[in-house]
Amino acid sequence: MTYNCVVMIKQVPDTKRITVDAMNDDGTVNRGALPAIFNPEDLNALELALEIKDKFGGKVTAIAMGLPAASAVLREALYRGADDAILVTDRRCAASDTLATSYILSCAVKKLDYDVVLCGRQAIDGDTAQVGPQLAEKLNIPQITYVEELISLENNVITARRNVGNGWQEVKCKLPVLLTVIDEANEPRVSVAKRLMKYKKARTPVEVQMQLKQDNPAANENELKQLAQAKVDQLEEKGLLIKQWDLDYLKADLQWCGRDGSPTKVHRIQSVVLTARESKTIEPSEKGIADMIHELISDKTIS
Amino acid sequence: MISVNPKGEVWVFAEQHEGKLEDIGLELLGRARMLGDKLGVSVGAVLIGDEVRGLAEKLCHYGADTVYVLEHPLLEHYQANSYGKVIYELVHKYEPQIMIYGASSCGRDLAPRVASATKAGLTADCTDLQIGDHESKDKVYKNLLLQIRPAFGGNIIATIINYDRWPQMATVREGVMPMPDAIGTRKGKIIVEKVHLTHDELPLEILREHKREKKVNLKASRIVVSGGAGVGSKENFRLIWDLANAMGAAPGATRAAVDLGFIDRDHQVGQTGTTVRPSLYIAVGISGAIQHQAGMSDSQKIIAINNDPQAPIFDIAHYKIVGDLNEIVPKMIKAIKARV
Repeated sequence: MTYNCVVMIKQVPDTKRITVDAMNDDGTVNRGALPAIFNPEDLNALELALEIKDKFGGKVTAIAMGLPAASAVLREALYRGADDAILVTDRRCAASDTLATSYILSCAVKKLDYDVVLCGRQAIDGDTAQVGPQLAEKLNIPQITYVEELISLENNVITARRNVGNGWQEVKCKLPVLLTVIDEANEPRVSVAKRLMKYKKARTPVEVQMQLKQDNPAANENELKQLAQAKVDQLEEKGLLIKQWDLDYLKADLQWCGRDGSPTKVHRIQSVVLTARESKTIEPSEKGIADMIHELISDKTIS
Repeated sequence: MISVNPKGEVWVFAEQHEGKLEDIGLELLGRARMLGDKLGVSVGAVLIGDEVRGLAEKLCHYGADTVYVLEHPLLEHYQANSYGKVIYELVHKYEPQIMIYGASSCGRDLAPRVASATKAGLTADCTDLQIGDHESKDKVYKNLLLQIRPAFGGNIIATIINYDRWPQMATVREGVMPMPDAIGTRKGKIIVEKVHLTHDELPLEILREHKREKKVNLKASRIVVSGGAGVGSKENFRLIWDLANAMGAAPGATRAAVDLGFIDRDHQVGQTGTTVRPSLYIAVGISGAIQHQAGMSDSQKIIAINNDPQAPIFDIAHYKIVGDLNEIVPKMIKAIKARV
């Protein structure tokens, strides 16, 4: 018995490496100034999907929603072992909150033949952990969140261990199911050199167009279109085409997409202004420290 | 979704497991009370389980005007599908304007499922909830729930609103809102709802569970001594333990120190760990990322020890000690032992 897995991956700014240079004057964050990375827990989700494929067979498809640049994480998924990669990209996806995002992703997943949908627990740019359960609801399938171990998978029934913070829980469920995977679940494999050599040439149609435009500045629109089509066909033949789906292709209902489809709106963004407190600088000498301890004892902070 | 309903109640999901109410629900009732009073509407608690109506009174003591009791043998154990379904139905029946959940493993599993079914907005891990107005180009929306949370790795504070697809929903982590005082004489209305469920709404079979006691009770400690990545190694984290022992304090840590394997995750203080409000917080080798500050900045006194005078932790510290923690911590232990 084989199982088809679909993994949701997100390209995120590396929020751990944020510096003053990445902050705009108005306190908002300049995403462009930060390196874009594969969301860490999505790597654990991909790894779990690849383990299922190694053990039982089946296909692993990676889906990313984002700007054309997000194809970088799809290539990385291909390097690591994914069979197919799909970029969902459309200007009308902009400003989607988690609800709109999960709706758009559900439209994409519904186009595929799947048994297990996998997501990282949460993405480091928002830390909401909402898209997984919302996507499960939109697909009308059950969810197993915070998966730390896949215990068994047989006869279309999955058994997994969830990390529920103050302990664990083992649950069993019929497929199809959506899993959200935590970083303790596994150690993601690295890129395979042979796959890297092959798939570094994988491109989305939009990347092909941008490259051709750059290479042929004199060509007119029509010529470019023809060149692009030929290149896309060529990539597809070699298995190097990253599919690119827009909202029209997904037949998505626009009222649930992008800003209109997002009930949550930003009221205000503030850069973190730390309020200076009345403070004392203590000399790191024995006397300085002993005096501080004495003060804390006399004001009963230390009993 | 439900339509905008300014007369709707403010609801709290009163999480219970095995017949015991979780602290988080009680903490949220304190804030719901404040929001409800500001809006001039009553506060409701949603209590779900099997034979749980005995817990309803306690919810009234903590601030609920109405407790909606949803009881059914199939609701004995939490699962997102069954709990999500009964909440969805209850929300559509009573149309609350606000619903708050704990950002516990259960609340973070449940709330998005409800939000998706309801097509309503949801903001995760709020650190503050207020009532305020929102002005857009041509319109002023009055008395909305301001859902305030750190975003983008904690580098910004975002205030999120939802003016058209209600209920306005948010999750809040345990310990972020102070526990209100219980008033034993406070009474409320208890409404037992009819529940219809079939096994189809319970797709998960729970095979085994294991509860693990936390290794440390950070919330209950008067003094917390925390170490960050600056401590350098697991071996060197001994300094934190020694100082904590000398002071009768609980040892804490930053997420970075936990990720580096210096100490168990149970000790993590911050936005994704435990929120503490001790009399004294000692930050050792901690730079002071906003996520960490979110979990300790309400401490009454803060001592910061760091070799970098520019470390942000110094901005919120009452006592600043710039220098090598390996020299300063032993001096502190010595000073305390000399006094006791």
